[in-house]
Amino acid sequence: MTPATQLPIETEDLTYLIGGEAILDGLDLRVRRGEIFAVMGRSGTGKTTLLRLIMGLVPPSSGRIRVNSVDITDLQERDLDELRKDMGMVFQSAALFDSMTVGENVAFALVEHRRLAASELATRVGECLHMVDMAGTEDLMPAQLSGGMRKRVGVARALALEPHIMLYDEPTAGLDPISAAASDELIRRLRDNVGVTSVIVSHDVQSLRRVSDRAALLHRGRFLAVGPIEELEAGSDPAIVQFLSGVHAGPLTEGDPHNS
Amino acid sequence: MAIAGADSLPIVTVTLFLVGMAWGWHTAEYMVRFGATSYFGGATAVAIARELGPALCGVVVAARVGSAFAAELGTMSVTEQVDALRALAVNPVHHLVVPRLIACVVMLPILTVIAIASGLVGAFALAVYHGISPGEYIASIQQWLTPHNLLGGVGKAFAFGFIISLVGCRQGLRTSGGAAGVGRATISAVVLSIVLIYAANLLLTATIFRY
Repeated sequence: MTPATQLPIETEDLTYLIGGEAILDGLDLRVRRGEIFAVMGRSGTGKTTLLRLIMGLVPPSSGRIRVNSVDITDLQERDLDELRKDMGMVFQSAALFDSMTVGENVAFALVEHRRLAASELATRVGECLHMVDMAGTEDLMPAQLSGGMRKRVGVARALALEPHIMLYDEPTAGLDPISAAASDELIRRLRDNVGVTSVIVSHDVQSLRRVSDRAALLHRGRFLAVGPIEELEAGSDPAIVQFLSGVHAGPLTEGDPHNS
Repeated sequence: MAIAGADSLPIVTVTLFLVGMAWGWHTAEYMVRFGATSYFGGATAVAIARELGPALCGVVVAARVGSAFAAELGTMSVTEQVDALRALAVNPVHHLVVPRLIACVVMLPILTVIAIASGLVGAFALAVYHGISPGEYIASIQQWLTPHNLLGGVGKAFAFGFIISLVGCRQGLRTSGGAAGVGRATISAVVLSIVLIYAANLLLTATIFRY
């Protein structure tokens, strides 16, 4: 294995502009193989955009993105699709296909990309749903599920192709504390058993303490600090202390128009 | 296929039946007055097969099916379902657009043939009302409804099928901005399709029915 493949996700001077405003401003991200990397930040700081960029759903304004050592910045959709088969993305809203049952949602990628017998397919779908504690829900429609259940089905759907890279957008938002803990445990188990590399975007500090190996705080398009969450907490950076302890007044809210 | 085709059948049939009657209302009376009753069936067949059948069928399907495509795909876009498809390494164009395109280009010509028949029946009712004999009406149609006229109209419908499905899907996939965005996408899909159908209709008329 070359040293480069030890970094399944890498960005270099990544910039993303919306209407002239830099949402991401020269971001350098290096996620190691098998690592669970958390990106924290206040709402609207571009965390979701970062995941969409890594997935190749939107092109960056400038800078490079490498996934599994492949530079995806100028890649055609067809070549991106090859990489995406090794990636799973859990959307904040779950984004389940609402015209399909839960089972069909989870089976979707398998039907498209793998030639499986009906029985194998059903088994794999059952396994994926079991992993997220949603066994036996194959015949339900997404509209019949709560927000938290939908999110778990979204995880099952992303896991169907057994990807080695998982991107989670707010995986615990809207989940009760017990389901949130189960979600964290699943993310760790996937790493321990299969060596999955994960990027989690969240502001659930409690959950990230349990699950992440390293965390970064995103503010005004840049990472203020990167490191294990305990180290960040032990540090004296007032911005990080403000975020982790959830205080309104501080360097992160300075200059906000609504902050007096 | 069912939504694009079979479900549009009643509205297309009713539209052309009533338009056929309205056509008959104006033309039959004059033809009787000028003693040209043997031309009524033929004139009707030519007008409906070449122009009214395909164009009205296209407009009705654009309003009914093109709008549905834009709303469906628009909702999928704003709820991240299109992104989810791409994240699962599935091309949204192959998965969402191609089946809808095929449904439209297959169903529209079939609907148009039925629409033409319906229009001829509507005009027939008025022909009988104005004292034109059924035999004369049918004989006149047989003389004028040439394969060229019929296939020309069906060929137009084929082109309209492309326009309706591609415009509906394009506006849907470009949707942003929540429920209001879906509304805007739906409106623009219908308006753009109908304008393009009229323009294509004129172009095709000039191409197919050249003298």
